[in-house]
Amino acid sequence: MITAGIDVGSTYTKAALVAQDGALVASAMIPTGFRLEAASDEAFRMVLRHAGLAAGDVAYVVSTGAGRYQVPFRDLQATDLTAQGRGARHFFPNTHTLLDVGGQTMKASRLDARGRVAAFRLNDKCAAGTGAFLEKTARYLGFRTEQIGQLAAGSPDAASISGVCAVFAESEVINHVSAGKPPSEILHGAMVSLVARSVQLMKRVKIEPEVTLVGGIMRYPTMIGVLRDQLGLEVNVPPDPLAQFTAAIGAAVLGQQRLAKIGAAPTAA
Amino acid sequence: MQYAGGVDVGSTQTKAVVIDHARRIVGRSLIMTGANVVTAAQEAFQAALDDAVVREADIGYVIGTGYGRYKVTFGNDQVTEISCHARGAAHLFPGTRTVLDMGGQDTKAIRIGPNGDVVDFCMNDKCAAGTGRFLQAASFALEIPLSDLGTIALRAQRPVKISTTCTVFAESEVLSWAARGKKVEDILMGVHRSIAARSVALLTRVGVEEKVTFTGGVARNQAMVALLGELLQLEPQVGEEAHYMGSLGAALFALDRIQGSAAPVPGQTESAA
Repeated sequence: MITAGIDVGSTYTKAALVAQDGALVASAMIPTGFRLEAASDEAFRMVLRHAGLAAGDVAYVVSTGAGRYQVPFRDLQATDLTAQGRGARHFFPNTHTLLDVGGQTMKASRLDARGRVAAFRLNDKCAAGTGAFLEKTARYLGFRTEQIGQLAAGSPDAASISGVCAVFAESEVINHVSAGKPPSEILHGAMVSLVARSVQLMKRVKIEPEVTLVGGIMRYPTMIGVLRDQLGLEVNVPPDPLAQFTAAIGAAVLGQQRLAKIGAAPTAA
Repeated sequence: MQYAGGVDVGSTQTKAVVIDHARRIVGRSLIMTGANVVTAAQEAFQAALDDAVVREADIGYVIGTGYGRYKVTFGNDQVTEISCHARGAAHLFPGTRTVLDMGGQDTKAIRIGPNGDVVDFCMNDKCAAGTGRFLQAASFALEIPLSDLGTIALRAQRPVKISTTCTVFAESEVLSWAARGKKVEDILMGVHRSIAARSVALLTRVGVEEKVTFTGGVARNQAMVALLGELLQLEPQVGEEAHYMGSLGAALFALDRIQGSAAPVPGQTESAA
């Protein structure tokens, strides 16, 4: 039986279908926009289309993400932390520490032996340390979000950016530009400052290997390299582009576990 | 006749003022700071000279202030904007004991002693929430000119509550309220309230004592003036010169130097900005 996970994030909505053996059947992603119900519905229909399935073929739907209550067809909702934890364990069964950096959030969590969240820290009031920081920096420099990865990878050097506030960083970026620093060096610098904040957050949950990195920001190889350097540890990253789908996959995996439980339980009737 | 100049290089705008020997403003200018801070300072100063119809040779002393004060290459000295705003406010509104300066990227609460010196100050130095940038984000998101925001906000009947702290996230929150069909004036009033609340918190930390003078670019915003009055239960003093207060203070310090009343700059403290 197939289960679906729908992750309604602040920036993108992701959907994943998972088979009974845990294999990923299909995935889909669309910008969330402001109509969360419509976004979840569209992402679900898109993932069904990718798999060549109908809604009736899906036995259980688990929603997650900031908009998890705006998924009318869900059977269950799970917090991002739970879903990310399941997703990370799905790819890397020895994951004990998890870092999730998305468009507007940064979350560090530690998982216990059974994959449950033992400790977590969030950065939920400030854009410094999230994808929005990189997007803003790219925007000041006149580049689009899609160009961030390639640009940052283009410079071995990193311009110094304090990263205290995404808005104040604009002045630093302007200073670097007028000093003639190339955009790639500035974006690389933005990533270094973002990582410094991530590492701080991770230390607060007590880092235990293995460390798995998830979320949309992990599609940038430069981010991963900088994180590995600053942590001084090897890190796991789901194969590209699945780092963005970990929560959706984790939600679908949770659906499978739930189905197994329901199936095993004696029916009242 | 000798004149004195003050140039306030802010994060967003650069202001320059020329005063005569009787401390009257005879010329002023305001330009965007942009990327080249040195040029901005020069251009603003030249524009103020042109406005005053005064030659540079007639200027006896120039003081730079604001975050870019060390980029005022033609200046004779620098004074922090804290001291300059306090000086300007106390000059225009004698009896000022508290100054709230709301600029493009920073908000400062300054407490002034009975003889006009800076007793204490407090500013946002780690976060742009509660500064002019918050208004700029709303202006950008709703595509409404910055100068119209206050007037529109004052028409609000049922203001929304802005829940995000971060200026970056506020931009998306404003858009999402708009997508949900909230009226522009109600969204904007919510934005103004959020900023006003943060400013009042800053003021409370230095201690609010009457009279309160409101300076900086945001002081031109009628909704913000009204909200501050409401929250503080008093009427803040706001003048035509609110936006130029830093540069006026700098010019006044410059005139002191010319006239030899070389009193030390009160409360001279390095600010973090």
